[in-house]
Amino acid sequence: MKVATKLWIGLTILIILSPLGLILPEHFKAGSAWGEWGAEEMQGLVGYIPQGLEKLAGLWNAPIPDYAFKGWEDKGLPRLSLAYIISAVAGVGITVIVVSLIGKMLAGKEDR
Amino acid sequence: MHIPDGYLGPTTCGFFYVVMVPIWALASKIVKKTLKAKQVPLLAIGAAFSFVIMMFNVPIPGGTTGHAVGGVLVAILLGPWAACIAITVALVIQALLFGDGGVTAIGANCFNMAFVLPFAGYYIYKVISHNSPVDSNRRVIAAGVAGYIALNIAAALTGFEFGIQSFLHKTAAGQALYCPYGLNVALPAMIGEHALVFGWVEAIVTALVIKYIQKQDPGLITEGRA
Repeated sequence: MKVATKLWIGLTILIILSPLGLILPEHFKAGSAWGEWGAEEMQGLVGYIPQGLEKLAGLWNAPIPDYAFKGWEDKGLPRLSLAYIISAVAGVGITVIVVSLIGKMLAGKEDR
Repeated sequence: MHIPDGYLGPTTCGFFYVVMVPIWALASKIVKKTLKAKQVPLLAIGAAFSFVIMMFNVPIPGGTTGHAVGGVLVAILLGPWAACIAITVALVIQALLFGDGGVTAIGANCFNMAFVLPFAGYYIYKVISHNSPVDSNRRVIAAGVAGYIALNIAAALTGFEFGIQSFLHKTAAGQALYCPYGLNVALPAMIGEHALVFGWVEAIVTALVIKYIQKQDPGLITEGRA
């Protein structure tokens, strides 16, 4: 088997295991990453929502915010894990396509 | 380590976009000269690996979460400039599609994770591995140490960027406009958690994959060039 094939298999395994990145923090009651709190959390932490932060925080509406489908936030870990895996597949897929295109544009056709 | 929208003021956001544009241009120019067509799939795998490894949030029980970036590994295998492009693509997709990292902070996040991290990691690896044989354990250790230190440098930079906001932007009443925590809180928090936990994840992931590549296709280990 070619090494590239083995690496793709490894990547697939990582995608399937990715919900661990959701489940473990939940299990160990770990909150948001430092500096990545939502506006409400910020209110709780420092007693106010910084004005600039409030304005900018809603600037961009990501289609799949935090690797979860909109409206699925309260549907429990199994569904969230499924959304996480689908997000990983989509993210990895798009990343591979974009990098391959850029790579093909940049790399010469002949092997140097 | 993905700075969201609203944590950095416009000056900082603009500054890092302005810094990153020539870096991206230079990266394209250099990668155009050095990247071989047969390396493109590996570059795509590297970017995908970085994307997915950043989804593995590691908890500090009762505290916060963090993750590895995988960028040092890509830099060792393909060179820091190619790694810069690969991680940039992963970060931009995370920001636009998944709201992981702010759109206004793409410049800053790319500077920390797609520029400083792979370059620091690459050169630390080079210095420690020196001219040791491709299959040596010294290279595995060099990869781990490089991963650990580079992630911590990136975390420290992120902490610095968070920390200067309350100094740069304040309301007349003295309330912060953006990240409210100063350097005295942001720096130790970012460095502390990465030095204690997340840096080790980057170290182990980088070292293990290099060990695996040594066995499978040692030729890959010598192809990454600056």
